[in-house]
Amino acid sequence: MRLLSFDHGVHPAEYKSFSSSKPIEVQPLPNEVFVPLQQHIGRPCEPLVKKKDEVKTGQVIGQASGFVSSPVHSSVTGVVKNIGFFMHSMGHRIPMIHIERKGEDDWEYLEKPDDWKSASVEELDKVILSAGIVGMGGAAFPTHVKLKVLPEKPIDTFILNGCECEPYLTCDHRMMLEKSDRILEGMAIAMKVLNVKDGFIGIENNKKDAIEAMRQRVEAGGYPFKVVPLKVKYPQGAEKMLIKAIVNRKVPTGGLPGDVGVIVSNVGTVHAIMEAVVEGKPLVSRVVAVTGDAIQTPKNVEARVGTPLKSVLENCGGLKENVTQVIMGGPMMGFSQFDVSIPIVKATSGIVCSGLTSEVAEKVYPCIRCNSCVTACPMYLLPNRLSRLSEKAFYEESDQLGILNCIECGSCVYVCPSNIPILQWLRVGKYKVNELKRKQT
Amino acid sequence: MAPSEKSDKVEKTPPVSEKAVKPKAKKDPRDNLFKPEPKPLVIDSSPHDSRTTNVPVIMWSVVAALIPATVMAVVYFGIPAIQLIIACVVAAVLTEVVINRIKKEPYTIKDGSAAITGLLLALTLPPTLPVTSAILGSIFAIAIGKQVFGGLGFNIFNPALIGRAFLQASFPVAMTTWALPFKGFDGISAATPLGQFKFEKILTSLQPLITGNIGGSLGETCVLAVMAGGLFLLVKKYADWRIPLSFLGTVFLFSGLFWLIDPANYANPLFHIFSGGLMLGAFFMATDMVTSPITPKGSWIFGIGAGVLLVVIRLFGGLPEGVMYSILLMNSVTPIINRYTRPKYFGEVKS
Ligand code: SF4
Ligand code: SF4
Repeated sequence: MRLLSFDHGVHPAEYKSFSSSKPIEVQPLPNEVFVPLQQHIGRPCEPLVKKKDEVKTGQVIGQASGFVSSPVHSSVTGVVKNIGFFMHSMGHRIPMIHIERKGEDDWEYLEKPDDWKSASVEELDKVILSAGIVGMGGAAFPTHVKLKVLPEKPIDTFILNGCECEPYLTCDHRMMLEKSDRILEGMAIAMKVLNVKDGFIGIENNKKDAIEAMRQRVEAGGYPFKVVPLKVKYPQGAEKMLIKAIVNRKVPTGGLPGDVGVIVSNVGTVHAIMEAVVEGKPLVSRVVAVTGDAIQTPKNVEARVGTPLKSVLENCGGLKENVTQVIMGGPMMGFSQFDVSIPIVKATSGIVCSGLTSEVAEKVYPCIRCNSCVTACPMYLLPNRLSRLSEKAFYEESDQLGILNCIECGSCVYVCPSNIPILQWLRVGKYKVNELKRKQT
Repeated sequence: MAPSEKSDKVEKTPPVSEKAVKPKAKKDPRDNLFKPEPKPLVIDSSPHDSRTTNVPVIMWSVVAALIPATVMAVVYFGIPAIQLIIACVVAAVLTEVVINRIKKEPYTIKDGSAAITGLLLALTLPPTLPVTSAILGSIFAIAIGKQVFGGLGFNIFNPALIGRAFLQASFPVAMTTWALPFKGFDGISAATPLGQFKFEKILTSLQPLITGNIGGSLGETCVLAVMAGGLFLLVKKYADWRIPLSFLGTVFLFSGLFWLIDPANYANPLFHIFSGGLMLGAFFMATDMVTSPITPKGSWIFGIGAGVLLVVIRLFGGLPEGVMYSILLMNSVTPIINRYTRPKYFGEVKS
């Protein structure tokens, strides 16, 4: 059978074997956590606690402000030591609540309906909102906003994103193997909220065991979902590419998946929905793949939100000497870090400790117009032209050439033989074009 | 006054050994993670992984792909071939060095692009061409064909072809005087199969065309050797397969059309494909990344356009051969092709 996929894209080396066979391990409770007040796209939260307050695991400590926002919860039971600015994975300081753990977990559960099957959509919506669930694939878009169906944009399809197309990362893979039933239940809840009938589970074909496990559990649970094996290609897990591959619809420029009647959710996200709705647990922990050739023992760990990166690394035996980079997220779209005291957040899918010689050291040549980037770009842009326009500050023209369509997947840079920092220029260009647009209106 | 104050201070604070200072410094949170010594982590923009191919790899692979043709040139034409090839390559590389010096920029010869230009130029020259002319052509190719535009990546025309065009204009006779392989150069000029057909209507049979035992430029005669190198490039994806395919395909179909109409006056399509510099041009010159379109659709147009032009020149022009002009002409319209073949971006809404 021909595997479904999208056009263009690249085939980076996978490096998944470091951690793909390691069962999920629960990270010992950290002694202190730093919970950022903003772990989502949208407005930051307002803190609800003061210094020296006692907090329980699962207690709301940051209140959502506005519709596109999401509350945060304490991930341990202890005392608030400080509320202040701490270093974050984006390389700057943001407000966080520093909590010192005192003893074991004392849970504060969410208010939830007894049985989600008979609950109303409003009730379920409320649980998902109050559980602080955001997209856990990396984008961190508040899930309750995503699940709000607008009457003018009916939704007919739900896609569960189990692609995990980033090299190295294995957390979704392990979750699909070990927590299949919980994931499927979460998916059923999300689909009930959306009131859709068609459910697809897209998994890249390099995770045959996960495909098998999910198929089996779908059948055993009598779910009406279809497991779709997909071609191994980057960025298969990008929403637009996944929708193209599975239901062959193209999200229009500037649009959202909802515009073509589809909602895509990550494996981790629906798992969090299940935990909230069935068990009443807010989103306070997540599975993180700690992997790469520069970590002593690669692992998949379930860590509390706010755990300092350092404790997670120590739990995995520490970094090896050959380390050159510590990347939060995958190597294609993640952020390299210089400070390992930053916390794990809801959107942290992996920590890649790499000993590869970095691109920084590589020589940059002029663009030889080899067209590798053009045939790699999944959005059908002309990356070389756009990066050049942005370098020369021709922002209007780059807007005409669709620079805002760039999904920052990095495929163009990956293939470029001249090592041109195309994506960096594109980010500058996108920023400037957006700025121009804002000025015009 | 200020200096004395400064010196005072220096005297007051006793020199401290490094050891004494260290413990006071704020502890790096990573200290216990890095054994034995903390090393700064590298920060860069995503993506953090990249394919291993780089420009020198591509360029030197092209040189490697030209080796079979070069070897055959030496086998067929002997010492003069060696002289011409060395002269062209050395002249090209030296010109590049001199211009790097003048422009005060880092040397760019390691990327291999100058060597390719020299080698390609040599392979398009007739074996009897004086070495001095060849050197002039090589200098012209690098200086005017490439560096004037701003160096690698900025030139509009294929530099080797610019060099050849210059030689053709400056030494029209020497550039059309050919010799046969193994025969030595005794002043009796031989004709190329294309010339023979054009002017005397003598059709060379296929077998010598393919093995290259005919009159012609150094590297053009042995089609098999050229194709072997070309296929290597295609397999390695260092050349866009669309260009040779559409170029050769168009020549085949278009010349075949005339042959079907009037086989007495027009040569058969296989003759056209295997004669002259078409193979070398289609695999190594038209595919030059810098001077060919960047869009896939553009590559098709480029190849088809070059093919049509070539057939028109060969059949109706004053010259027997037209590879050089057809590619140069297509080079000149490449920016326009790029502009009009921009792929529609994913989800582009018609406006
Ligand atoms: S231009 Fe943007 S969307 Fe296209 S490959 Fe580069 S990063 Fe990806
Ligand atoms: S991949 Fe790099 S060298 Fe090739 S066309 Fe794109 S920017 Fe230029």
